[in-house]
Amino acid sequence: MMQAVMPPRDPMVPDVYRVSRAQSELAGVVTLEVEPVSGNRPAGLPGQFNMLYAMGIGEVAISISGETPRGFVHTIRAVGAVSGALAGMEEGAVLGLRGPYGTGWPVAEAEGSDVVFVAGGLGLAPLRPAIEAVLAARERYGRVTILAGCRSPREILFRHQLEHWRQRLDVEVQVTVDHADTEWRGNVGVVPSLIRRAAFDPDDTYAFICGPEVMMRFSATALQEANLPAERTFLSMERNMKCAIGLCGHCQFGPSFICKDGPVMALDRIAGILAMREI
Amino acid sequence: METMDQLMAKHPFFAGLAPEYLELLAGCARNYRFDAGEYLIREGDPADTFYLIRHGRVTLEIAAPGSAPVVISTLGESEIVGASWIVPPYRAEFDARAMDLTRAIGIDAKCLRGKCDADHHLGYEMMQRFLPIIVKRLHATRLQILDVYGSK
Repeated sequence: MMQAVMPPRDPMVPDVYRVSRAQSELAGVVTLEVEPVSGNRPAGLPGQFNMLYAMGIGEVAISISGETPRGFVHTIRAVGAVSGALAGMEEGAVLGLRGPYGTGWPVAEAEGSDVVFVAGGLGLAPLRPAIEAVLAARERYGRVTILAGCRSPREILFRHQLEHWRQRLDVEVQVTVDHADTEWRGNVGVVPSLIRRAAFDPDDTYAFICGPEVMMRFSATALQEANLPAERTFLSMERNMKCAIGLCGHCQFGPSFICKDGPVMALDRIAGILAMREI
Repeated sequence: METMDQLMAKHPFFAGLAPEYLELLAGCARNYRFDAGEYLIREGDPADTFYLIRHGRVTLEIAAPGSAPVVISTLGESEIVGASWIVPPYRAEFDARAMDLTRAIGIDAKCLRGKCDADHHLGYEMMQRFLPIIVKRLHATRLQILDVYGSK
């Protein structure tokens, strides 16, 4: 009997997913849990991203902010037509999904070391799967520190999750805001100021940074001032991802394509071009 | 019980300072304790004391009539409260208020300014220690002003 020959899968064709849960996080920020309409979701790594397609509108790269047994979790800020359409989706809505793509946080490589997570604003979303992975195997790591910054106390992403992590006795969680009134009992200041106060062994620490690029640059500088080597400092870069498979060049960043060489990149690979305007 | 110069030697701000200078500075220093809510510094007051936090947290605040005070920065253990003592007209620019029970070493700035004038090596030591703090705070303020977490 002849075996049917399956055509190679076209990496540009999305699978059909359905929103199984939509939760408002902050003004204009929504977390969607999505599941494939048929079959199982592919495996993903903490730090990778998917291309989400709002049918008839367009496609956008969104980091994975968690996983469910059947699907992915994505946290989306409505800033344009596509992200606005995705953020407006309710339970049952249908979307396209390609992925996961790109590099992940080196969670396994960091075993045996201290780990510092530095998140700014929505940057906590791509870090969350890595934090969960480290906490799930807590005994394999040294000191674990989570430093999160945002604009104001009203704009703290995953507040309940941060509180839950803080309740653990084996994790240091510090949150800072840029602006606050005197009712706020937490810290006021920028994330790099938290790095200067954090306890970690610079000779044996991995740092994972995610947030707006300016915030990541300042945070990377603060970590270098604390003598953390650039090869153990990782940033999640963001550029205009289109094809997501390293063909179209829209996300070129110097000699790299963020979609396939990133988004998670070691600082020693990009330090020379990180602050370059022309890149 | 530890002497003032021993206490000061443990504070990162004075790390590596020559013992004779520590002894000299100890003559301008004393211990303070502030309850939560108590002011260390009030805006407009003469900047005659600056503080090295040993324990607790302090907020730097600015208030405008008719609106709630805004917190500019939170300072914690090992940090310095007060930089206006070093530049004329030696007036505090912000309120500094204890957020929790705070213990600090207070340095009489008038006394220290006199000692710096008399011994420029000491003055240079103080500048070398204060200037990086001031520059870092300036950078941090610029980052805050950038509003990097905005949605645009």
